[in-house]
Amino acid sequence: MLARRDGERDLEDTVRTIIRAVLVGLLTSLVAVGPASAEAVKIGFITSLSGPAGIIGKHMKDSVELALDHLGRKVGGLDVELIYGDDQQKPDVGKQVADEMLKKHKVHFVSGIIWSNVMLAVAPVVTREKVFMIGTNAGPHQLAGKDCSEYFFTTSWQNDQTPEAMGKYMADQGLTDVYIMAPNYAAGKDMLSGFKRYFKGRIVAEVYTQVNQPDYQAEISQIRAANPKAVFVFYPGAMGIQFVKQYAQAGLREQIPVYSVYTIDEVTLPALKEAALGNWETRYWSPDLNNEANTKYVSDFRKKYGYTPSFYGAQSYDGIMLIDSAVRAVRGDLANKAGMITAMRKADYKSTRGPYKYNVNHFPIENFYLLRTVRTPDGEFAMQIQKTVFESHKDAYAKECGMKW
Amino acid sequence: MLLVLEQALNGLQYGVMLFLMAAGLTLVFGIMNLVNLAHGSLYMVGAYLATALARWTGSFVLGGLLALPATLLVGVVVEVVALRTLYERDHLDQVLATFGLILFFNELVAIVWGRAAIYTSLPPSLSGSFMLLPGLRYPTYRALVIGVGVAAAVFLYVLVTSTRLGMLIRAGASNRTMVAALGVNIRWLYTLVFGLGAALAGLAGLMAGPIYAVQPGMGEQILIQVFVVIIIGGIGSIRGAVAGALVVGMVDTLGRAFLRPTLSTIVSPAAADKAGPALASMLIYLMMAAVLFFRPQGLFPTRGR
Repeated sequence: MLARRDGERDLEDTVRTIIRAVLVGLLTSLVAVGPASAEAVKIGFITSLSGPAGIIGKHMKDSVELALDHLGRKVGGLDVELIYGDDQQKPDVGKQVADEMLKKHKVHFVSGIIWSNVMLAVAPVVTREKVFMIGTNAGPHQLAGKDCSEYFFTTSWQNDQTPEAMGKYMADQGLTDVYIMAPNYAAGKDMLSGFKRYFKGRIVAEVYTQVNQPDYQAEISQIRAANPKAVFVFYPGAMGIQFVKQYAQAGLREQIPVYSVYTIDEVTLPALKEAALGNWETRYWSPDLNNEANTKYVSDFRKKYGYTPSFYGAQSYDGIMLIDSAVRAVRGDLANKAGMITAMRKADYKSTRGPYKYNVNHFPIENFYLLRTVRTPDGEFAMQIQKTVFESHKDAYAKECGMKW
Repeated sequence: MLLVLEQALNGLQYGVMLFLMAAGLTLVFGIMNLVNLAHGSLYMVGAYLATALARWTGSFVLGGLLALPATLLVGVVVEVVALRTLYERDHLDQVLATFGLILFFNELVAIVWGRAAIYTSLPPSLSGSFMLLPGLRYPTYRALVIGVGVAAAVFLYVLVTSTRLGMLIRAGASNRTMVAALGVNIRWLYTLVFGLGAALAGLAGLMAGPIYAVQPGMGEQILIQVFVVIIIGGIGSIRGAVAGALVVGMVDTLGRAFLRPTLSTIVSPAAADKAGPALASMLIYLMMAAVLFFRPQGLFPTRGR
């Protein structure tokens, strides 16, 4: 049944393409053309919707829906069809979901993806088909360097950039003897190598733990024994909740400060509260970042969903806005991929981080800020920007990318 | 040396937690011949109920005490409503059905409490650390977990070895048909054993709440290690569960702590950095493979099967 419908659609598509080609040929000689077709923009959005990372997926999905609300449920003036896919935090599942979106749904854009290992499995599959991959979180170094593609864009960052900012801040503070930790997967390695690029002090130990490991007491005992001056960690999602809680219970919080990236955020803070008070993070975005697009995003998000958005959400919101700008620029002609690439390279939309530019590898050149967990006057806990660490910061891999434009 | 002692305590604490989970799972498997993948869900339910009840009563201890019978009740309801029909079916059907229960409980919890991890706190008297030996500070709560876990193990040991119920449980594990033939209401025994297993999983869950992230899907993260424990220990055996849990807890913890430093004295530090974490996370599975190869019935198999 499904197969027959697909067959019919194939035939329909072919016929439609032929008719369109003839019409376009006729019309271009006569007058300026309107939108080439009235077909809907199809966007496949992949994220983790089940399991421990399901909450991050919810932040992203809610933000995509808010972006569509703000655009009046149209993308670039065309009707939009959104297909959500759950990668379950597994690279193989992510790849299957992407395959289905490409073959069955014939999407024009694939977007989303939290985890770098999933992104490394999915992005090549999508870009090989000359379909756009608009990443909205993971930024593995391979895709910024030698494996860059004109069909890959991201609205987030390259993994190394955020820990680079923390490395710089900690180096500027004159800290040395730092103990660094991350989960053992693609992003964990990027995070620690980014940190080491700017932190020039002594590193006591570099420890990798298992992905989604629930208990860190063994590692915390090792930290106590090593007695470093500071600890730097990357523990996204539930891993962060567990590490930070257990670190506080071990009584180390008062003795050895923890500096982190992607560990304490609007996803984990409600579960951490005072266990994270006073902690430092670096990030390219924060709910209190003051610009028109962000104020609108944050206040409408809170109004619609009743909780505070996170950077995962802001990036996903931006992803839809970036796609909107591309489709708008080619006046709805989804076949004009070169035109959309040119348009997206301009980053011509109102980003929640404020205006930014794209580097040659299609990764943003953007600011990075120092954030701290504070208690707001109404007794809640929130992340607040303290100062700018990097202005218009470029990633370290762009020079390995062969694209020229 | 103190560090080795501290890590051994960490291993013991992890082992105790695994034991509470494994005891229920191995009893249910051994006596009822039921593969219950949803055991992790009962652990999650225990953690959620304890957190919610602690908030409601305003007391951490009271919340925990109320959560135990509540989880037992959930277990009994699950057994009566869903699992009773599965005893005569083969293991694949049981795996499918109990996997369905995992999805059901994860969604149920997400609907009731939301998808985000919920905030759990400890009373100030438990949240810090204390001086165990000069130069060795240990988290108070972790010490409490060890204490409660050991007490539960002793309770189970007494229950299984010196009570009438325990005798029936042991008999059920050895030869179910004979127990039924002797006029024991096997259906009643099954419900009781399942409820007991659920309560133990709930106990593990409620103690895990303040340490781990309480969120949908938290049960699956520990379930795999628990299966490793009962395979190593011998399916259906409480003694095996004790031994398996301690071995897995110790090997995993000590491996994570000392494998990389030890390796770096043998091979180059760079190679140790690469191989250490990967090998440490594989250790318990390698051990399980070895047990399956040399002693497929486990370290302490139940007799008469």
